[in-house]
Amino acid sequence: MVASALKTVPQAAGTEINIQTVSHHFDLEGAPLPVLDDITFDIEPGSFVALLGPSGCGKSTLLRLIAGLDHPAQGQIQVAGEKVADPDPSRILVFQDPTLFPWRNVRANVALGLEAQGTLKSEGHRVDEAIRLVGLTGFDKAYPHQLSGGMAQRVALARALVNRPNVLLLDEPLGKLDSLTRMTMQTELVRLWQQSGLTAVLVTHDVEEALYLAQRVIVFGPRPARIVADLQVDLPYPRHRGDPRLAELRHQALGHLGLDSSW
Amino acid sequence: MASIDIEAEIRAEPPARAPVQRVTLLAALSWFAAAAILLLWQDLTFQPLVRELALIWGAVGVALVALGLAGSRLGRVGRWTALRAPWLLAIGIGMAVWTVLTAKTGLLPQPFFPTPQALLEVFIYDWPKILHSASFSVWLLAKGFFFGALAGFAIGVGMGWSRAVSYWATPLLRYIGPLPATAWLPLAFFIFPTSGSASVFLIAFSTAFPVAVLTWSGIASVNRDYYEIARTLGASPLFLITRVAIPAALPHVFVGLFMGLSTSFAVLVVAEMLGVEAGLGWYLQWAQGWAAYANMYAALFVMAAMCSGLITLLFRIRDRVLVWQKGVVRW
Repeated sequence: MVASALKTVPQAAGTEINIQTVSHHFDLEGAPLPVLDDITFDIEPGSFVALLGPSGCGKSTLLRLIAGLDHPAQGQIQVAGEKVADPDPSRILVFQDPTLFPWRNVRANVALGLEAQGTLKSEGHRVDEAIRLVGLTGFDKAYPHQLSGGMAQRVALARALVNRPNVLLLDEPLGKLDSLTRMTMQTELVRLWQQSGLTAVLVTHDVEEALYLAQRVIVFGPRPARIVADLQVDLPYPRHRGDPRLAELRHQALGHLGLDSSW
Repeated sequence: MASIDIEAEIRAEPPARAPVQRVTLLAALSWFAAAAILLLWQDLTFQPLVRELALIWGAVGVALVALGLAGSRLGRVGRWTALRAPWLLAIGIGMAVWTVLTAKTGLLPQPFFPTPQALLEVFIYDWPKILHSASFSVWLLAKGFFFGALAGFAIGVGMGWSRAVSYWATPLLRYIGPLPATAWLPLAFFIFPTSGSASVFLIAFSTAFPVAVLTWSGIASVNRDYYEIARTLGASPLFLITRVAIPAALPHVFVGLFMGLSTSFAVLVVAEMLGVEAGLGWYLQWAQGWAAYANMYAALFVMAAMCSGLITLLFRIRDRVLVWQKGVVRW
């Protein structure tokens, strides 16, 4: 639909994610601390889903499980029909902190994935492509400490996108940016997602952000996380922040989060 | 008053009218004074090379006059003299005071505090031996430092990365590491076929300990997120070590290298004094045997230049390797 109208950059198409009866807990000085309680839901290929919930509810843990950085205590996660066992460049996690490698300049940071996979020589052009995609052409030689927060997060996005992932896992990637940069980056995220056709999963505790970006918002309750609501955001892109339908959905979401009285 | 003038001169760059550097001219005056004292004031005892030394100091004075008059028109050289003029002045005064205290009045007893002329004599007549000793010392130190740094780095990376290596190496490092390398000296000269190889071992030993400990702590303190980022991007364990752990730990490694280099100087001198029949340490010992005090001061002077030169070299290397740290850390 909209995506095909835009100039597309060759990317692998988004894949399906199935989360099946996943429970997880942390060991806290010997005592298990449950963080996820019997979570089951599916994410359609190529969709943009937001996981919304109070901080510390366990939604980031779920993202780490999808990335393969941790293994669920119970249940399993499938991506493209295969069980997730280890991290893989087809599923890339973008952290709240850009965590760029300070000893590498922008270009070398973006090239990291290709270098790790040993394809930098043959696929080097993708680095420039990714840098252009996030609007940082000309900053190739800059070191991370010379970048603003928003620019650093763009580099982190480029570092993810250069691998042409099927799934982009976003763990509050805009959480530390000032509100103006944040709004610009939200629009950017939608554009990048539409151009690439990948499956995007965004973890956030910002109700407005979730509704503005995602096609579907899954609301979690406090720890251990359980799904308390599954909202469809039936609005076309580009969206408008003042849309009355968004306000309506926001009211709903806040109600599910137990903040109805604040409306 | 004078210091305020210099600061004003340094700040005023580029100057509107290239001003005369007054402090540089004052420094020239101090060197002329030193030369005059040397030449005109009768020495207590016979001293060699009086006229030659006075000529050298006079030449320094003439050069400073030229630099002072040319002032800031000389670009980099001009800026350097403007910045260092107080030092040049102080050294000139120091030379004069030294001459007075030793050669002229004998307030500092001879021969324990040699005159400037005697020191010049050493450099003129014994420079081949001093140069040879210095180059021998540098070469010995380079070999020991290289192997020590390499071993320390490998041990540190191993300990930081592998639980098994850490399990076995930590107690050994804790127990043997703090032992001063010089304590091994008597044994080392027995065990190793030559005193040279024994010295290399001792220097390597003293370097390896701080390098190993700091490499280890550097790798242990790498942000865990760096590994996770790299793993999701498809990095192999080897990639994690060589492209994540080691670059991230390099600032620590350099601290270890600095510490290792400093301790290795001490070991070098002791080893040369006690076992090796060459090098500046040996030269010092040899000069002491002949009660040649001027030679000892000359050797100390060269040794200081060598040590500070090597430290500076390491700083330069670090600045190159860790160029990305500029702006992150204040040096």
